[in-house]
Amino acid sequence: MSIFIDNSSTVIVQGITGRDGSFHSKQMLEYGTRIVGGVTPGKGGQKFEGTVPIYDTVHEAVKATGANTSVIYVPPMFAADAMMEAADAGIEFIVAITEGVPVNDMTKVYPFVKEKGARLLGPNCPGLITPGQSKVGIIPGRICTPGSIGVVSRSGTLTYEVVYQLTRAGLGQSTCVGIGGDPIIGTSFIDCLEAFEKDPDTKAVAMMGEIGGTDEQEAAEFVKKHMKKPVVGFIAGQTAPPGRRMGHAGAIISGSAGTAAEKIESFEAAGMGVAKRPIDFVELLKARM
Amino acid sequence: MNIHEFQAKDILRAEGVPIPPGEVATTPEQVEAIARKIGGMVVVKAQVHTGGRGKAGGVKLAKTPAEAKEIATKILGMQINGLTVHQVLVTTAADIATEAYVGIILDRASRKPVFMVSPAGGIDIEEVAAKTPEKILKLPIDTRYGLQGYQANELGFFLFPDDVKKVRAVAKIMMALYQAFMKNDASLAEINPLVVTPSGEILALDAKISIDDNALDRHPELVALRDETAEEPSEVDARNSNLTFIKLDGDVGCVVNGAGLAMATMDLVKYYGGEPANFLDIGGSSNPEKVVNALRIITADPSVKVILFNIFGGITRTDDVANGIVTATRANPLKIPIVIRLTGTNEEIAMKILTENGFSASSDMDEAVMKAVALAKGGKAA
Repeated sequence: MSIFIDNSSTVIVQGITGRDGSFHSKQMLEYGTRIVGGVTPGKGGQKFEGTVPIYDTVHEAVKATGANTSVIYVPPMFAADAMMEAADAGIEFIVAITEGVPVNDMTKVYPFVKEKGARLLGPNCPGLITPGQSKVGIIPGRICTPGSIGVVSRSGTLTYEVVYQLTRAGLGQSTCVGIGGDPIIGTSFIDCLEAFEKDPDTKAVAMMGEIGGTDEQEAAEFVKKHMKKPVVGFIAGQTAPPGRRMGHAGAIISGSAGTAAEKIESFEAAGMGVAKRPIDFVELLKARM
Repeated sequence: MNIHEFQAKDILRAEGVPIPPGEVATTPEQVEAIARKIGGMVVVKAQVHTGGRGKAGGVKLAKTPAEAKEIATKILGMQINGLTVHQVLVTTAADIATEAYVGIILDRASRKPVFMVSPAGGIDIEEVAAKTPEKILKLPIDTRYGLQGYQANELGFFLFPDDVKKVRAVAKIMMALYQAFMKNDASLAEINPLVVTPSGEILALDAKISIDDNALDRHPELVALRDETAEEPSEVDARNSNLTFIKLDGDVGCVVNGAGLAMATMDLVKYYGGEPANFLDIGGSSNPEKVVNALRIITADPSVKVILFNIFGGITRTDDVANGIVTATRANPLKIPIVIRLTGTNEEIAMKILTENGFSASSDMDEAVMKAVALAKGGKAA
């Protein structure tokens, strides 16, 4: 078991012939992800790497392949359209990797996707990986190893850092999910925590948050009320100055809200372990399992 | 991206928000001429991207054109929160009977833009929200349908429960504000204060608009509003090199890939007793040129005593970063020590490149940060 994806997930890649899309499609195929099709308007009928059929539209791709998952690598100005197309075609799980999607576009996409009954991960996220089974997105496969730690994070490379340290210490992962650094994202910390709590293969959760917004505080509240499994948290941006956007569009302290201190306080109040450094996850998780 | 008050007012005026006449000036002589043209009492307002302009003495009333000129001499060139005032807005000084706050911000929780209005205007809205939340009405908008007439009325009635004439006027302003927010891909649009004059006229006296950086590619007209003189020069340089850079006060210069890891690296510097000099994200794609630019920007800051690279290769190829370091330091030999941490994609090749060129590198983040902090303090590396 795992959350959101496993070896039964059938995946199409939107933007499969683009620079990022083609590079990461190859990596996903190498990892064993079941990529059943790609979509690039105007290139329908061609094959990617000689094996994966390409379609002009997501509707066609879904009809021909029965795919239930889509991963999006299209440029930011077209990403909102791609997400809506996937949801409209009946895709159940949409993973939007694209960075730089205008936020106002997302205010239209989110309710649309929800009404279609689909789950959206991202945008501006590294995707997710269920080690040994499937990866959808860009998380490097070789730093992960199968196991029982659920990992959820707002960041990309920071996730890699923590996963790498867990793997080195012999702590494998059930699923690693990057939810994305934008202010409006499809899947929240709470959605992932809820799924990890239900997943019999997950024994404990590592959660990496950052400054900005109140997602982490709400997640801590959820941990306190609804979770039996131990959760260890980390907040990036303890040294960030207020009012500045720290790379991620969502990482900004507004007035007194969204600081690392208030988030860490909420973790402590929820009885969670608090990692002061990425390396601290190892000992804190071991002590709780 | 932040724009100036006068630019925000131009945008709102174009949508039909009533705003007193005004013009922007860069010299005291221009200020005098504008004040004469407008006539009567004017207010001279510093145009800088920071709050607290009034408290800092950057907003002053003038009874005559001569007085406006004299005030402008003081305001132009003054420093407000570390930013130099290069421009002032000269505008009619309105008489105020009551003040209200109206704004639209993007709300993460509801995933919608949310109107916030309060009859307690002219002051810090966050303070109102904390102390007297009942004085604020929050109204989330479904952007697929836009602001509806009944919603605009609701906002108006919250501000003026007993005056339907004013409600209608406010509703119109709300519609205009919403149009400005959506058309310009704003992440924030506020009027504070929205005032009623003794004669019953409603006017926007101050305006603030922030544009979503992600949307700038489809708004060349807004990119043109960017005032680079209002920003830290090193940050302008970084942006033009496609790097995300924020200057801080410490002495450990950080070069990292990925925003989350960049923040975590700064935090770790602090954890081990050091102070980060900056936030710098070289981004996902690997391009040696980015490393060259990053080193140029960081070494230009005289307070930086050591450079710390922390690269976790995923999309970023660590050999590209290693090549960038070698190229940059060959062209401009470093005068300060450099500590390199690399791991991930093509790590073996990167290590080989670095070793052959006389650099040492580690694959452990904590070890590298401790070493950099020790060097910044003038001690020997651990």
